[in-house]
Amino acid sequence: MIKPTFGDRIMIFMIYVFLIVLAFVTFYPFWNSLVISFNTGKDTMLGGITFWPREFTLENYQIVFQDKRLLNAFMITILRTAIGTFLSVLVTALLAYGLSKKELIGRNFFMIFCLLTMFFSGGLIPTFLLVRGLGLMDSFWVMIIPSLVLVWNMIIFRTFFNQLPKGLEESAKIDGCGNWQIFFRIVLPLSGPVIATLSLFTAVFHWNDWFFPSIYITSENLIPIQTLLRQVLNSNTVTSQMSQLDAGALSHMSSVAKVTGKSLSMATMMVATIPIMLVYPFVQKHFVKGVLIGSLKE
Amino acid sequence: MQEKSEITIERIRPKKKRNIFYRYFKQFDLQMMVIPGLLFIFIFNYIPMYGVLMSFQDYNIFDGMRNSPWVGFKHFEMFFNDPRFMEIMRNTIVISGLKILICFPAPIILALMLNEVKNMAFKRSVQTITYLPHFLSWVIVAGFAMSILATDNGSLNIALEKAGLIDEPINFLAIPQYFWTIIVTTNLWKSIGFASIVYIAAIAGVDQQLYEAAALDGASRFKQMFLITIPSIMPIIVIFFILEVGNLLNAGFEDLLILGDDAILRSVSDVLDTYVYRVGIGSGRYSYATAIGLFKAVISVGLLTLANYLARKTGNSLW
Repeated sequence: MIKPTFGDRIMIFMIYVFLIVLAFVTFYPFWNSLVISFNTGKDTMLGGITFWPREFTLENYQIVFQDKRLLNAFMITILRTAIGTFLSVLVTALLAYGLSKKELIGRNFFMIFCLLTMFFSGGLIPTFLLVRGLGLMDSFWVMIIPSLVLVWNMIIFRTFFNQLPKGLEESAKIDGCGNWQIFFRIVLPLSGPVIATLSLFTAVFHWNDWFFPSIYITSENLIPIQTLLRQVLNSNTVTSQMSQLDAGALSHMSSVAKVTGKSLSMATMMVATIPIMLVYPFVQKHFVKGVLIGSLKE
Repeated sequence: MQEKSEITIERIRPKKKRNIFYRYFKQFDLQMMVIPGLLFIFIFNYIPMYGVLMSFQDYNIFDGMRNSPWVGFKHFEMFFNDPRFMEIMRNTIVISGLKILICFPAPIILALMLNEVKNMAFKRSVQTITYLPHFLSWVIVAGFAMSILATDNGSLNIALEKAGLIDEPINFLAIPQYFWTIIVTTNLWKSIGFASIVYIAAIAGVDQQLYEAAALDGASRFKQMFLITIPSIMPIIVIFFILEVGNLLNAGFEDLLILGDDAILRSVSDVLDTYVYRVGIGSGRYSYATAIGLFKAVISVGLLTLANYLARKTGNSLW
């Protein structure tokens, strides 16, 4: 091993310092919001809350979890994420598996048919009018059906299926398995990492999407949490934030005065964020691979 | 294997010609796998492409596309004469340009730095933390930004006041001159970690013997970075740069819509995409909005082709 030169040591030291600063800057907004969500609203207004709560309380969360509107939005998000991810991954994987078969009649045409959508699209307004024309407006399924097939995910799936050893499938075929049986019994069980990755990406999309509900959905009881949060954060003044958030819950609370719009929004934001934070580190190893298949194997 | 067995079957029964219908129904279970996916793609991707034609019509919802009158390029001309045309084009190109200038090289630099870190636990922690913002929605990111930039006890104003740089808290999110900085910073914050994955992997694929040889020749780590690492990952950098240039008119959407929603900021925050949204969904001028979208799409395809042509000259073509 060659000893690092003096210049190298300085460079490496600088890199460590920089990376620590970067990690801090990345994490701080999250941490600060978490702290504010655990601090009494009244005390937060006095200022100076940075790294640690001064007057610790769970009140903000109690109110958030008592607000029927928020709970409902939260349920909608969970339902949408679960159903949307399951259906999307299933349909996309089936499509990818079919397209990975050389004997599929029309394979090349179908591939081009899919790939073209990555370069051309009708854009926002024609899609909006189509959805309205199909009568999907203001229904739960509008959050699931239009984004059911994700071509990018299909390509990642297909690349993965192409790399699977062919021997297993062939011996299953000799044993009399049809394509569907092979897919569900042999191919899917072998595809754990890629399914985990693409499910994560799809789930994150569904969990985070606030825009489509904001244009397609008008019923209050179908609005997911991110869209609701957007409405709350968008109302600039504290009082209007309060009126957005506290619907029924505040009147039940005796200690109203301790809570502010800001502390409530922060608690809501945390509720909307923490589930993702708990999941993604576990899939990290896999999604690094998934990103690579997607980007390097165009 | 597959082909061989087919050949033997043909030899055994050479007379029976299999026509395409026979083969299609023979593999109908396979076709059934792709039909649902293709159907959804057809409905939600191809029908809207046909819908683009409404940009040449005076579309109204009662007549539908079939009966709405055709008006040629009226809406395109209207857009070019729109008093906000120049402003929107400027915003689109400036915001997008700033993102390319800053958010494109940053993950490469991060990957190069992470490559110098030999402490794996530290490296992994930094990676995990910097991936986090990628998984947050723009609503949440904007919420963080609003909280930190707030006038009433936002962390940034507190820090600046403590440092004695300002006397009064600044309402950063309501002053147009700060908007572009805020947008680029939040985008950088959100994307730097996740975008670095590809470059980290590319760096990991560089032949280690090159480094050993260079070290024996007395090249410092810093020199190795410039003489080995960067040239080795150049093809990937070029491909991603092409994609960035092809996306020049995609200046961002959700970020601008949320952070730039304030009426005071519209003059610096409205880009082509957000304008399409505002005139289309907001004001219901469907044909006009579609025309703006089509204008953008045509230029985008042109840009991508041009960028690819330039890249092919350097030997790193996308297609």
